[in-house]
Amino acid sequence: MADNTINTKQDEIIEKFSMLDGDMEMMIGYLMELGEKLPEMPESLKNEDNIVKGCQSKVWLTADENDGKLHFQADSNTAITKGLVSLLVSILNKGRIEDILNADLYFVHKIGMNRFIGTQRSNGFLAMIKQIKMYALAYKTKLENEA
Amino acid sequence: MSTAVAPKLDIQKIRQDFPILEQKVNGKPLIYFDNAATTQKPKQVIDAISEYYAGYNANIHRGLHSLAEKATTAFEESRTVFQKFINAAEVEEVIFTKGTTDGINLISNAYGRKFLQKGDEILITAMEHHSNIVPWQMIAEEKGAILKVVPVNAKGEISLNDVNRLITHKTKIVSVVYASNSLGTVNPVKEIARLAHAKNAVMVVDGAQASSHCKVDVQDLDCDFYATSGHKMYGPTGCGILYGKRAILEEMTPYQGGGEMINNVSFEKTTYNDIPYKFEAGTPNIADVVALKYAAEYIDSIGKDNIMVHEQALTQHAHKRLSEVPGINFYGTAEDKVSVVSFTIDNVHPYDAGMMLDAKGIAVRTGHHCTQPLMDHFGIEGTIRASFSVYNTIEEIDFFADSLKDIVAKFS
Repeated sequence: MADNTINTKQDEIIEKFSMLDGDMEMMIGYLMELGEKLPEMPESLKNEDNIVKGCQSKVWLTADENDGKLHFQADSNTAITKGLVSLLVSILNKGRIEDILNADLYFVHKIGMNRFIGTQRSNGFLAMIKQIKMYALAYKTKLENEA
Repeated sequence: MSTAVAPKLDIQKIRQDFPILEQKVNGKPLIYFDNAATTQKPKQVIDAISEYYAGYNANIHRGLHSLAEKATTAFEESRTVFQKFINAAEVEEVIFTKGTTDGINLISNAYGRKFLQKGDEILITAMEHHSNIVPWQMIAEEKGAILKVVPVNAKGEISLNDVNRLITHKTKIVSVVYASNSLGTVNPVKEIARLAHAKNAVMVVDGAQASSHCKVDVQDLDCDFYATSGHKMYGPTGCGILYGKRAILEEMTPYQGGGEMINNVSFEKTTYNDIPYKFEAGTPNIADVVALKYAAEYIDSIGKDNIMVHEQALTQHAHKRLSEVPGINFYGTAEDKVSVVSFTIDNVHPYDAGMMLDAKGIAVRTGHHCTQPLMDHFGIEGTIRASFSVYNTIEEIDFFADSLKDIVAKFS
Protein backbone atom coordinates (compact mmCIF):
# COMPACT_ATOMS: atom_id res chain seq x y z
CA MET A 1 0.00 0.00 0.00
CA ALA A 2 1.40 3.34 -1.00
CA ASP A 3 2.09 5.75 1.81
CA ASN A 4 1.35 9.30 0.73
CA THR A 5 2.37 10.88 4.03
CA ILE A 6 5.65 12.15 2.57
CA ASN A 7 3.91 13.82 -0.35
CA THR A 8 1.19 15.25 1.85
CA LYS A 9 3.85 16.85 4.04
CA GLN A 10 5.69 18.15 1.00
CA ASP A 11 2.47 19.68 -0.35
CA GLU A 12 1.87 21.43 2.97
CA ILE A 13 5.35 22.96 2.82
CA ILE A 14 4.89 24.05 -0.79
CA GLU A 15 1.61 25.69 0.21
CA LYS A 16 3.24 27.57 3.09
CA PHE A 17 6.13 28.80 0.97
CA SER A 18 3.78 29.91 -1.81
CA MET A 19 2.22 32.34 0.66
CA LEU A 20 5.61 34.02 1.10
CA ASP A 21 5.44 35.17 -2.50
CA GLY A 22 9.13 34.60 -3.24
CA ASP A 23 10.22 37.28 -0.73
CA MET A 24 13.66 36.15 0.31
CA GLU A 25 13.65 37.92 3.69
CA MET A 26 10.35 36.27 4.57
CA MET A 27 11.57 32.88 3.36
CA ILE A 28 14.66 33.17 5.53
CA GLY A 29 12.54 34.26 8.49
CA TYR A 30 10.26 31.28 8.00
CA LEU A 31 13.18 28.85 7.69
CA MET A 32 14.66 30.21 10.91
CA GLU A 33 11.34 29.70 12.70
CA LEU A 34 11.22 26.12 11.50
CA GLY A 35 14.78 25.58 12.64
CA GLU A 36 13.96 26.81 16.12
CA LYS A 37 11.19 24.21 16.36
CA LEU A 38 13.52 21.35 15.49
CA PRO A 39 13.85 19.06 18.56
CA GLU A 40 17.19 19.55 20.27
CA MET A 41 19.95 17.16 19.21
CA PRO A 42 22.07 15.78 22.08
CA GLU A 43 25.55 17.37 22.07
CA SER A 44 27.11 13.89 22.12
CA LEU A 45 25.72 13.25 18.62
CA LYS A 46 27.30 16.40 17.20
CA ASN A 47 30.53 14.66 16.30
CA GLU A 48 32.70 14.28 13.22
CA ASP A 49 30.98 11.01 12.23
CA ASN A 50 27.58 12.63 11.96
CA ILE A 51 28.62 15.66 9.91
CA VAL A 52 27.08 15.86 6.45
CA LYS A 53 29.90 16.33 3.98
CA GLY A 54 29.44 18.89 1.24
CA CYS A 55 27.70 21.64 3.19
CA GLN A 56 29.21 25.12 3.69
CA SER A 57 28.01 25.24 7.27
CA LYS A 58 28.12 22.41 9.75
CA VAL A 59 25.19 20.00 9.64
CA TRP A 60 24.87 16.97 11.90
CA LEU A 61 22.36 14.29 10.96
CA THR A 62 21.60 10.91 12.53
CA ALA A 63 19.01 8.22 11.83
CA ASP A 64 17.63 5.50 14.10
CA GLU A 65 15.43 2.65 12.98
CA ASN A 66 12.37 1.44 14.85
CA ASP A 67 9.84 -0.98 13.44
CA GLY A 68 10.95 -0.35 9.86
CA LYS A 69 10.66 3.41 10.25
CA LEU A 70 13.44 5.98 10.52
CA HIS A 71 13.74 8.65 13.13
CA PHE A 72 16.04 11.56 12.32
CA GLN A 73 17.85 14.01 14.55
CA ALA A 74 19.64 17.03 13.12
CA ASP A 75 21.24 20.33 13.94
CA SER A 76 23.39 22.98 12.31
CA ASN A 77 25.67 25.75 13.50
CA THR A 78 23.79 28.23 11.31
CA ALA A 79 20.17 29.20 11.76
CA ILE A 80 19.17 29.14 8.09
CA THR A 81 20.73 25.74 7.41
CA LYS A 82 19.06 24.42 10.52
CA GLY A 83 15.79 25.55 8.98
CA LEU A 84 16.63 23.77 5.74
CA VAL A 85 17.46 20.48 7.44
CA SER A 86 14.35 20.79 9.57
CA LEU A 87 12.30 20.82 6.36
CA LEU A 88 13.74 17.44 5.43
CA VAL A 89 13.32 16.04 8.92
CA SER A 90 9.69 17.18 9.12
CA ILE A 91 8.89 15.54 5.78
CA LEU A 92 10.75 12.27 6.25
CA ASN A 93 10.71 11.66 9.99
CA LYS A 94 9.06 8.39 10.97
CA GLY A 95 8.82 7.47 7.31
CA ARG A 96 9.13 3.86 6.26
CA ILE A 97 12.56 2.94 4.96
CA GLU A 98 11.22 1.96 1.56
CA ASP A 99 9.25 5.22 1.24
CA ILE A 100 12.28 7.29 2.16
CA LEU A 101 14.39 5.48 -0.39
CA ASN A 102 11.81 6.02 -3.10
CA ALA A 103 10.79 9.54 -2.06
CA ASP A 104 10.71 12.07 -4.87
CA LEU A 105 11.47 15.29 -3.01
CA TYR A 106 9.80 17.59 -5.51
CA PHE A 107 9.24 20.30 -2.90
CA VAL A 108 12.90 21.37 -3.35
CA HIS A 109 12.10 22.84 -6.76
CA LYS A 110 8.55 23.91 -5.94
CA ILE A 111 9.51 26.19 -3.06
CA GLY A 112 12.17 27.88 -5.19
CA MET A 113 15.08 26.36 -3.32
CA ASN A 114 17.34 26.68 -6.35
CA ARG A 115 16.29 30.22 -7.09
CA PHE A 116 16.56 31.53 -3.55
CA ILE A 117 19.14 29.36 -1.88
CA GLY A 118 21.65 29.41 -4.72
CA THR A 119 23.68 26.70 -6.39
CA GLN A 120 26.48 26.38 -3.84
CA ARG A 121 24.04 26.02 -1.00
CA SER A 122 21.58 23.76 -2.75
CA ASN A 123 24.50 21.42 -3.35
CA GLY A 124 24.79 21.28 0.42
CA PHE A 125 21.07 20.64 0.58
CA LEU A 126 21.43 17.81 -1.90
CA ALA A 127 24.20 16.42 0.30
CA MET A 128 21.71 16.28 3.18
CA ILE A 129 19.20 14.40 1.01
CA LYS A 130 21.91 12.02 -0.13
CA GLN A 131 22.90 11.37 3.47
CA ILE A 132 19.29 10.59 4.42
CA LYS A 133 18.97 8.14 1.52
CA MET A 134 22.28 6.54 2.51
CA TYR A 135 20.96 5.99 6.04
CA ALA A 136 17.79 4.44 4.60
CA LEU A 137 19.81 2.15 2.35
CA ALA A 138 22.10 1.12 5.20
CA TYR A 139 19.15 0.20 7.44
CA LYS A 140 17.43 -1.63 4.58
CA THR A 141 20.53 -3.75 4.05
CA LYS A 142 20.91 -4.32 7.77
CA LEU A 143 17.31 -5.47 8.17
CA GLU A 144 17.54 -7.72 5.12
CA ASN A 145 20.69 -9.33 6.48
CA GLU A 146 19.02 -9.88 9.84
CA ALA A 147 15.91 -11.42 8.25
CA MET B 1 26.50 63.13 4.35
CA SER B 2 30.00 62.92 5.61
CA THR B 3 32.21 65.87 4.97
CA ALA B 4 35.22 63.57 4.85
CA VAL B 5 34.43 62.44 1.30
CA ALA B 6 36.90 63.79 -1.23
CA PRO B 7 35.12 66.89 -2.58
CA LYS B 8 36.55 66.38 -6.05
CA LEU B 9 34.62 63.19 -6.67
CA ASP B 10 31.08 63.08 -7.96
CA ILE B 11 30.24 59.54 -6.84
CA GLN B 12 26.83 59.52 -8.49
CA LYS B 13 28.49 60.33 -11.81
CA ILE B 14 31.09 57.61 -11.23
CA ARG B 15 28.30 55.12 -10.48
CA GLN B 16 26.85 55.80 -13.92
CA ASP B 17 29.99 54.27 -15.41
CA PHE B 18 29.13 50.92 -13.80
CA PRO B 19 26.03 49.44 -15.48
CA ILE B 20 25.76 46.54 -13.02
CA LEU B 21 25.09 48.88 -10.10
CA GLU B 22 21.72 49.88 -11.52
CA GLN B 23 20.15 46.50 -10.90
CA LYS B 24 18.02 45.17 -8.09
CA VAL B 25 18.90 41.99 -6.22
CA ASN B 26 16.11 40.15 -4.44
CA GLY B 27 13.92 43.14 -5.21
CA LYS B 28 16.28 45.57 -3.45
CA PRO B 29 18.80 48.00 -4.96
CA LEU B 30 22.18 46.29 -5.19
CA ILE B 31 24.75 47.37 -2.62
CA TYR B 32 28.01 45.84 -3.72
CA PHE B 33 30.47 45.44 -0.83
CA ASP B 34 32.47 42.48 -2.17
CA ASN B 35 35.10 44.54 -3.92
CA ALA B 36 38.03 42.71 -2.34
CA ALA B 37 36.83 39.57 -4.16
CA THR B 38 36.38 41.43 -7.42
CA THR B 39 35.44 44.97 -8.34
CA GLN B 40 32.73 45.84 -10.83
CA LYS B 41 33.74 47.04 -14.28
CA PRO B 42 33.16 50.46 -15.82
CA LYS B 43 31.61 50.62 -19.27
CA GLN B 44 34.96 51.79 -20.67
CA VAL B 45 36.37 48.34 -19.85
CA ILE B 46 33.25 46.42 -20.92
CA ASP B 47 33.11 48.31 -24.24
CA ALA B 48 36.81 47.70 -24.90
CA ILE B 49 36.25 43.93 -24.78
CA SER B 50 33.37 43.97 -27.27
CA GLU B 51 35.19 46.50 -29.50
CA TYR B 52 38.16 44.17 -29.65
CA TYR B 53 36.07 41.17 -30.68
CA ALA B 54 33.86 43.16 -33.03
CA GLY B 55 36.64 45.18 -34.58
CA TYR B 56 40.15 43.71 -34.52
CA ASN B 57 40.27 40.20 -33.06
CA ALA B 58 43.45 38.53 -34.34
CA ASN B 59 46.34 36.60 -32.90
CA ILE B 60 49.19 38.86 -31.91
CA HIS B 61 52.91 39.24 -32.59
CA ARG B 62 53.37 37.04 -35.65
CA GLY B 63 50.64 38.06 -38.10
CA LEU B 64 51.51 40.37 -40.95
CA HIS B 65 47.98 41.41 -41.73
CA SER B 66 46.30 44.59 -40.58
CA LEU B 67 44.08 43.09 -37.91
CA ALA B 68 47.04 41.29 -36.32
CA GLU B 69 48.98 44.53 -36.35
CA LYS B 70 46.13 46.42 -34.70
CA ALA B 71 45.63 43.73 -32.04
CA THR B 72 49.38 43.57 -31.32
CA THR B 73 49.57 47.35 -30.99
CA ALA B 74 46.64 47.42 -28.55
CA PHE B 75 48.12 44.53 -26.53
CA GLU B 76 51.53 46.17 -26.29
CA GLU B 77 49.96 49.55 -25.48
CA SER B 78 48.47 47.90 -22.45
CA ARG B 79 51.97 46.86 -21.37
CA THR B 80 53.20 50.43 -21.72
CA VAL B 81 50.27 51.76 -19.71
CA PHE B 82 51.05 49.26 -16.96
CA GLN B 83 54.71 50.13 -16.98
CA LYS B 84 53.66 53.67 -16.09
CA PHE B 85 50.89 52.50 -13.73
CA ILE B 86 53.40 50.71 -11.50
CA ASN B 87 56.36 52.88 -12.53
CA ALA B 88 58.52 50.05 -13.82
CA ALA B 89 61.85 51.19 -15.23
CA GLU B 90 61.38 49.27 -18.47
CA VAL B 91 58.38 48.02 -20.39
CA GLU B 92 59.99 44.57 -20.80
CA GLU B 93 59.70 44.11 -17.04
CA VAL B 94 55.91 43.80 -17.33
CA ILE B 95 54.70 40.22 -17.93
CA PHE B 96 51.05 39.52 -18.61
CA THR B 97 49.61 36.70 -16.50
CA LYS B 98 46.21 35.25 -15.62
CA GLY B 99 46.35 37.13 -12.34
CA THR B 100 48.20 37.31 -9.03
CA THR B 101 48.05 33.57 -8.39
CA ASP B 102 49.51 32.89 -11.81
CA GLY B 103 52.23 35.47 -11.19
CA ILE B 104 53.29 33.98 -7.87
CA ASN B 105 53.29 30.49 -9.36
CA LEU B 106 55.50 31.81 -12.15
CA ILE B 107 58.02 33.15 -9.62
CA SER B 108 58.02 29.97 -7.53
CA ASN B 109 58.49 27.78 -10.61
CA ALA B 110 60.79 29.91 -12.75
CA TYR B 111 62.85 31.51 -9.97
CA GLY B 112 62.36 29.18 -6.99
CA ARG B 113 63.04 25.97 -8.89
CA LYS B 114 66.28 27.34 -10.30
CA PHE B 115 67.73 29.09 -7.28
CA LEU B 116 66.38 27.39 -4.15
CA GLN B 117 68.65 24.85 -2.48
CA LYS B 118 68.00 22.38 0.32
CA GLY B 119 67.71 24.20 3.64
CA ASP B 120 67.04 27.60 2.08
CA GLU B 121 64.25 29.63 3.62
CA ILE B 122 61.20 31.38 2.20
CA LEU B 123 59.61 33.97 4.44
CA ILE B 124 55.90 34.92 4.27
CA THR B 125 53.49 36.39 6.85
CA ALA B 126 50.58 34.88 8.74
CA MET B 127 48.10 37.06 6.83
CA GLU B 128 48.89 35.73 3.37
CA HIS B 129 46.21 34.62 0.94
CA HIS B 130 46.44 30.92 0.04
CA SER B 131 47.86 32.04 -3.32
CA ASN B 132 50.92 33.38 -1.50
CA ILE B 133 51.27 30.28 0.68
CA VAL B 134 50.59 27.20 -1.42
CA PRO B 135 52.94 27.93 -4.38
CA TRP B 136 55.78 28.38 -1.86
CA GLN B 137 54.86 25.22 0.02
CA MET B 138 54.91 23.30 -3.25
CA ILE B 139 58.34 24.52 -4.33
CA ALA B 140 59.70 24.24 -0.77
CA GLU B 141 58.67 20.60 -0.64
CA GLU B 142 60.22 19.93 -4.02
CA LYS B 143 63.53 21.63 -3.19
CA GLY B 144 63.78 20.81 0.51
CA ALA B 145 63.42 24.48 1.42
CA ILE B 146 61.75 25.76 4.61
CA LEU B 147 58.73 28.06 4.79
CA LYS B 148 58.85 30.52 7.68
CA VAL B 149 56.02 32.75 8.82
CA VAL B 150 56.04 36.26 10.34
CA PRO B 151 53.32 36.38 13.06
CA VAL B 152 50.56 39.00 13.23
CA ASN B 153 49.45 40.83 16.36
CA ALA B 154 45.90 41.31 17.66
CA LYS B 155 45.35 44.32 15.39
CA GLY B 156 46.38 42.31 12.37
CA GLU B 157 49.79 43.91 11.92
CA ILE B 158 53.27 42.46 11.56
CA SER B 159 56.33 43.92 13.25
CA LEU B 160 59.47 44.87 11.33
CA ASN B 161 61.49 43.55 14.27
CA ASP B 162 59.98 40.11 13.68
CA VAL B 163 60.69 40.38 9.96
CA ASN B 164 64.27 41.38 10.66
CA ARG B 165 64.68 38.53 13.14
CA LEU B 166 63.25 35.96 10.73
CA ILE B 167 65.27 36.96 7.68
CA THR B 168 68.51 35.01 7.94
CA HIS B 169 71.45 34.33 5.66
CA LYS B 170 69.47 31.26 4.50
CA THR B 171 66.47 33.34 3.38
CA LYS B 172 66.27 33.43 -0.40
CA ILE B 173 62.74 34.73 -0.94
CA VAL B 174 60.56 37.08 1.09
CA SER B 175 56.97 37.24 -0.16
CA VAL B 176 54.51 39.59 1.53
CA VAL B 177 51.04 40.85 0.78
CA TYR B 178 50.92 44.62 0.28
CA ALA B 179 47.30 44.95 1.47
CA SER B 180 45.60 42.03 3.25
CA ASN B 181 42.37 40.85 1.65
CA SER B 182 40.95 39.61 4.97
CA LEU B 183 41.98 42.43 7.29
CA GLY B 184 42.84 45.36 5.08
CA THR B 185 46.25 45.77 6.74
CA VAL B 186 48.78 47.62 4.57
CA ASN B 187 52.23 46.13 5.16
CA PRO B 188 55.45 48.17 5.10
CA VAL B 189 56.69 46.36 1.99
CA LYS B 190 59.29 49.02 1.19
CA GLU B 191 60.99 48.51 4.56
CA ILE B 192 60.64 44.74 4.27
CA ALA B 193 62.31 44.88 0.83
CA ARG B 194 65.21 46.77 2.41
CA LEU B 195 65.59 44.11 5.12
CA ALA B 196 65.36 41.33 2.51
CA HIS B 197 67.99 42.91 0.31
CA ALA B 198 70.31 43.39 3.25
CA LYS B 199 70.47 39.58 3.46
CA ASN B 200 70.50 39.10 -0.34
CA ALA B 201 66.97 37.70 -0.50
CA VAL B 202 64.57 38.67 -3.28
CA MET B 203 61.41 40.56 -2.36
CA VAL B 204 58.06 39.50 -3.80
CA VAL B 205 55.02 41.72 -3.28
CA ASP B 206 51.51 40.27 -3.58
CA GLY B 207 49.72 43.32 -4.91
CA ALA B 208 46.31 41.76 -5.62
CA GLN B 209 44.44 44.10 -3.28
CA ALA B 210 46.83 47.01 -3.41
CA SER B 211 46.70 48.05 -7.04
CA SER B 212 43.43 49.94 -6.82
CA HIS B 213 43.82 51.12 -3.23
CA CYS B 214 47.51 51.95 -2.68
CA LYS B 215 50.21 53.90 -4.41
CA VAL B 216 52.25 51.44 -6.44
CA ASP B 217 55.74 52.47 -7.48
CA VAL B 218 57.83 49.35 -7.88
CA GLN B 219 61.06 51.35 -8.15
CA ASP B 220 60.34 53.22 -4.95
CA LEU B 221 59.30 49.99 -3.16
CA ASP B 222 62.44 48.42 -4.65
CA CYS B 223 60.68 45.07 -4.79
CA ASP B 224 62.06 42.43 -7.13
CA PHE B 225 58.63 41.14 -8.11
CA TYR B 226 55.15 42.61 -7.94
CA ALA B 227 52.15 40.43 -8.86
CA THR B 228 48.65 41.77 -9.32
CA SER B 229 45.25 40.99 -10.83
CA GLY B 230 43.21 43.02 -13.29
CA HIS B 231 39.82 42.10 -11.90
CA LYS B 232 40.42 43.66 -8.50
CA MET B 233 41.13 47.03 -10.09
CA TYR B 234 38.05 47.46 -12.32
CA GLY B 235 39.55 45.30 -15.07
CA PRO B 236 38.50 41.96 -16.54
CA THR B 237 38.95 38.59 -14.85
CA GLY B 238 41.65 36.22 -16.06
CA CYS B 239 44.38 38.78 -16.65
CA GLY B 240 46.99 40.44 -14.50
CA ILE B 241 50.59 41.45 -14.51
CA LEU B 242 53.81 40.29 -12.98
CA TYR B 243 56.56 42.85 -12.67
CA GLY B 244 60.10 41.61 -12.27
CA LYS B 245 63.44 43.39 -12.36
CA ARG B 246 65.12 42.83 -15.71
CA ALA B 247 68.32 41.30 -14.33
CA ILE B 248 66.36 38.72 -12.34
CA LEU B 249 63.89 37.91 -15.12
CA GLU B 250 66.76 37.33 -17.51
CA GLU B 251 68.33 34.77 -15.18
CA MET B 252 65.09 32.85 -14.77
CA THR B 253 64.17 29.79 -16.82
CA PRO B 254 60.62 29.70 -18.17
CA TYR B 255 58.44 26.94 -16.71
CA GLN B 256 55.80 26.94 -19.43
CA GLY B 257 56.90 26.10 -22.94
CA GLY B 258 55.03 26.61 -26.17
CA GLY B 259 54.41 29.19 -28.82
CA GLU B 260 55.36 32.84 -28.38
CA MET B 261 58.07 32.18 -25.77
CA ILE B 262 60.71 30.78 -28.16
CA ASN B 263 63.43 32.25 -30.30
CA ASN B 264 64.20 29.15 -32.31
CA VAL B 265 62.94 25.57 -32.01
CA SER B 266 64.59 22.45 -33.33
CA PHE B 267 64.27 18.91 -32.02
CA GLU B 268 67.80 19.18 -30.72
CA LYS B 269 67.54 22.50 -28.91
CA THR B 270 65.19 25.39 -28.31
CA THR B 271 66.33 28.88 -27.50
CA TYR B 272 64.03 31.18 -25.61
CA ASN B 273 62.65 34.53 -26.60
CA ASP B 274 63.64 37.67 -24.69
CA ILE B 275 61.77 38.99 -21.67
CA PRO B 276 58.85 39.42 -21.24
CA TYR B 277 57.85 37.04 -24.04
CA LYS B 278 59.74 34.03 -22.73
CA PHE B 279 57.25 33.97 -19.85
CA GLU B 280 54.16 34.38 -22.05
CA ALA B 281 53.80 30.96 -23.65
CA GLY B 282 50.76 30.42 -25.84
CA THR B 283 48.15 32.83 -27.11
CA PRO B 284 47.47 35.20 -24.24
CA ASN B 285 44.14 36.58 -23.05
CA ILE B 286 44.33 39.34 -25.65
CA ALA B 287 40.86 40.85 -25.28
CA ASP B 288 41.09 41.20 -21.52
CA VAL B 289 44.67 42.48 -21.56
CA VAL B 290 43.60 45.12 -24.09
CA ALA B 291 40.66 46.08 -21.85
CA LEU B 292 42.86 46.11 -18.76
CA LYS B 293 44.53 49.23 -20.08
CA TYR B 294 41.20 51.03 -19.83
CA ALA B 295 40.91 49.99 -16.17
CA ALA B 296 44.29 51.56 -15.38
CA GLU B 297 43.35 54.67 -17.33
CA TYR B 298 40.01 54.79 -15.52
CA ILE B 299 41.76 54.81 -12.15
CA ASP B 300 44.16 57.49 -13.36
CA SER B 301 41.31 59.61 -14.74
CA ILE B 302 39.68 59.73 -11.30
CA GLY B 303 43.02 59.96 -9.55
CA LYS B 304 44.24 57.30 -7.15
CA ASP B 305 44.71 59.90 -4.42
CA ASN B 306 41.06 60.88 -4.74
CA ILE B 307 39.97 57.25 -4.69
CA MET B 308 42.06 56.62 -1.58
CA VAL B 309 40.59 59.62 0.27
CA HIS B 310 37.04 58.52 -0.60
CA GLU B 311 37.68 54.90 0.41
CA GLN B 312 39.30 55.95 3.68
CA ALA B 313 36.25 58.07 4.47
CA LEU B 314 33.98 55.08 3.74
CA THR B 315 36.10 52.79 5.91
CA GLN B 316 36.18 55.18 8.86
CA HIS B 317 32.43 55.71 8.57
CA ALA B 318 31.87 51.95 8.43
CA HIS B 319 33.94 51.35 11.57
CA LYS B 320 32.01 54.10 13.35
CA ARG B 321 28.54 52.97 12.30
CA LEU B 322 29.21 49.24 12.67
CA SER B 323 30.47 49.85 16.22
CA GLU B 324 26.80 50.46 17.04
CA VAL B 325 25.95 46.84 16.16
CA PRO B 326 25.57 44.82 19.41
CA GLY B 327 28.13 42.03 19.78
CA ILE B 328 30.36 43.08 16.89
CA ASN B 329 34.05 42.14 16.93
CA PHE B 330 36.39 43.69 14.38
CA TYR B 331 39.33 41.80 12.87
CA GLY B 332 41.96 44.02 11.35
CA THR B 333 42.30 47.37 13.05
CA ALA B 334 45.75 48.26 11.74
CA GLU B 335 46.80 51.90 11.70
CA ASP B 336 47.35 51.68 7.97
CA LYS B 337 44.62 49.78 6.17
CA VAL B 338 42.67 49.71 2.92
CA SER B 339 38.88 49.74 2.60
CA VAL B 340 38.19 46.32 4.11
CA VAL B 341 36.08 45.87 7.24
CA SER B 342 36.11 42.34 8.61
CA PHE B 343 34.09 41.32 11.63
CA THR B 344 32.09 38.69 13.48
CA ILE B 345 28.92 39.20 15.52
CA ASP B 346 28.34 37.27 18.75
CA ASN B 347 25.76 34.51 18.30
CA VAL B 348 25.27 35.24 14.59
CA HIS B 349 27.02 32.87 12.19
CA PRO B 350 28.63 34.72 9.25
CA TYR B 351 26.72 32.45 6.87
CA ASP B 352 23.36 33.54 8.31
CA ALA B 353 24.38 37.19 8.27
CA GLY B 354 25.58 36.91 4.66
CA MET B 355 22.33 35.30 3.53
CA MET B 356 20.19 37.83 5.38
CA LEU B 357 22.20 40.74 3.98
CA ASP B 358 21.83 39.28 0.49
CA ALA B 359 18.07 39.23 1.01
CA LYS B 360 18.38 42.99 1.56
CA GLY B 361 20.39 43.42 -1.64
CA ILE B 362 23.75 43.74 0.13
CA ALA B 363 26.62 41.66 -1.26
CA VAL B 364 29.32 40.88 1.31
CA ARG B 365 31.70 37.99 1.60
CA THR B 366 31.55 35.48 4.44
CA GLY B 367 34.00 32.75 5.31
CA HIS B 368 37.75 32.39 5.59
CA HIS B 369 38.56 34.55 2.53
CA CYS B 370 41.23 32.06 1.41
CA THR B 371 43.26 32.90 4.53
CA GLN B 372 42.60 29.84 6.70
CA PRO B 373 45.86 30.08 8.70
CA LEU B 374 44.95 33.66 9.63
CA MET B 375 41.47 32.61 10.74
CA ASP B 376 43.07 29.82 12.81
CA HIS B 377 45.33 32.44 14.40
CA PHE B 378 42.29 34.41 15.52
CA GLY B 379 40.51 31.20 16.55
CA ILE B 380 37.55 31.77 14.24
CA GLU B 381 36.10 29.93 11.26
CA GLY B 382 35.58 33.06 9.26
CA THR B 383 34.33 36.63 9.22
CA ILE B 384 31.84 38.82 7.46
CA ARG B 385 33.81 41.11 5.19
CA ALA B 386 32.61 44.32 3.62
CA SER B 387 35.05 45.89 1.20
CA PHE B 388 34.50 49.23 -0.46
CA SER B 389 35.36 50.74 -3.76
CA VAL B 390 35.19 54.15 -5.40
CA TYR B 391 31.50 53.77 -6.33
CA ASN B 392 30.31 53.00 -2.80
CA THR B 393 28.58 55.67 -0.73
CA ILE B 394 28.13 56.73 2.87
CA GLU B 395 24.38 56.10 2.47
CA GLU B 396 25.03 52.48 1.50
CA ILE B 397 27.11 52.02 4.63
CA ASP B 398 24.37 53.53 6.76
CA PHE B 399 21.84 51.10 5.26
CA PHE B 400 24.31 48.25 5.85
CA ALA B 401 24.79 49.16 9.52
CA ASP B 402 21.03 49.53 10.07
CA SER B 403 20.43 46.20 8.32
CA LEU B 404 22.95 44.47 10.57
CA LYS B 405 21.20 45.88 13.63
CA ASP B 406 17.91 44.42 12.33
CA ILE B 407 19.58 41.06 11.76
CA VAL B 408 21.11 40.97 15.23
CA ALA B 409 17.71 41.79 16.73
CA LYS B 410 16.30 38.64 15.08
CA PHE B 411 18.84 36.53 16.97
CA SER B 412 18.34 38.06 20.41
